[in-house]
Amino acid sequence: MLMNRVLAATLTVFLCFFVYLLFTTASGAYILWSLDELIAGIILATIIGLVSFKRLVKRDLRMANPLRWILALAYFLGPFLFSMAKANLDVAYRVITGKIKPGIVKISPDLKTDLGITLFANSITLTPGTLSVDVDEETNELYVHWINVKELHPTSQQVAGSFEKWVRRIAE
Amino acid sequence: MDWWDVAMMVFLSIGAFFNALAAVGLLRFPDVYTRLHAGTKCTTFGTIFVCLAVILFGVRLWIYESDAYSILTIHTFIALVCVLLTNPTGAHAIARAAHRSGVKPARAVIDELEKKEGK
Amino acid sequence: MNPFLTVLFILSVVSALIAIRIFKGPTAPDRVVGLDTLNTVVIASMILFGAYTKEVIYIDVGIVYALLSFIATLFIAKYLEGGEF
Repeated sequence: MLMNRVLAATLTVFLCFFVYLLFTTASGAYILWSLDELIAGIILATIIGLVSFKRLVKRDLRMANPLRWILALAYFLGPFLFSMAKANLDVAYRVITGKIKPGIVKISPDLKTDLGITLFANSITLTPGTLSVDVDEETNELYVHWINVKELHPTSQQVAGSFEKWVRRIAE
Repeated sequence: MDWWDVAMMVFLSIGAFFNALAAVGLLRFPDVYTRLHAGTKCTTFGTIFVCLAVILFGVRLWIYESDAYSILTIHTFIALVCVLLTNPTGAHAIARAAHRSGVKPARAVIDELEKKEGK
Repeated sequence: MNPFLTVLFILSVVSALIAIRIFKGPTAPDRVVGLDTLNTVVIASMILFGAYTKEVIYIDVGIVYALLSFIATLFIAKYLEGGEF
């Protein structure tokens, strides 16, 4: 337990330092950074990391596994970007022709963690014809506004394609 | 006019086109939810392409002129990540607020959420 | 003409169109949708202006604007819901 907390704090500090480095490139001679910025970054990252790691790391260190981050990157560059392009062409088509058949449907994805639901809801919002409206926090059911209702009581496969599978692999 | 310029132009025109489409959709669609479809998806997609164009511009300056332009590239990338994270969440918040404040989806064929709230 | 400036001009026309929706919008959520869309367009414009002048400060302002406008949207949404803060 103590080991876990030390690990969480260290990871948070490193994350903060990494973000600080991103913001201060090209400030000096050490590769891209100056010595002042590096020292200030270490001090600030330590303070902020120690204060905030309890909020950032809720229960366990699942997300510290780099494999999940690689999967997430593959997801964003592959199926996500592709269906986002499709979504925009779809909206373009509906803007020009005005053909809509909207409705709010209910789907129950098999996801348990907060992060998983958030990722899934955001994916739904940015992909073809769907927009998440409400979440039932007890049963994890999602209410989705669908611009072109094909099925009155759909499964999550019909609304969101393969996203549920991807999100489960990344976040659970 | 080398291939950097051509790629930049293509990205910029895609970005401008989808941002314009968002405005047209916002004016044409009949109710809040369909307007959110246009307003969120199209501007996010358009902004991705605008940012990609600026990133290409920054990378070219970074390679051919000086390291100082690395800031332009990286900060644009951070801005892009911020937009990508915040836009769908904001849309979700507005949709939920609209439904709870009693706006009905126009021409809806089904409204499961109303059934649940009516119970 | 500089391509960034051209797109910046197009985006300002787009902002004007969105402003029509903000003024007209029959219900309050309609106006908020317009505002949310306008925010994203303004962020894109800031990034373009930063690239045009090659000044990073505009892009930094854009990042801060993105985060603050997100918080503003959440607060307005919460207010429309009539919930407790």
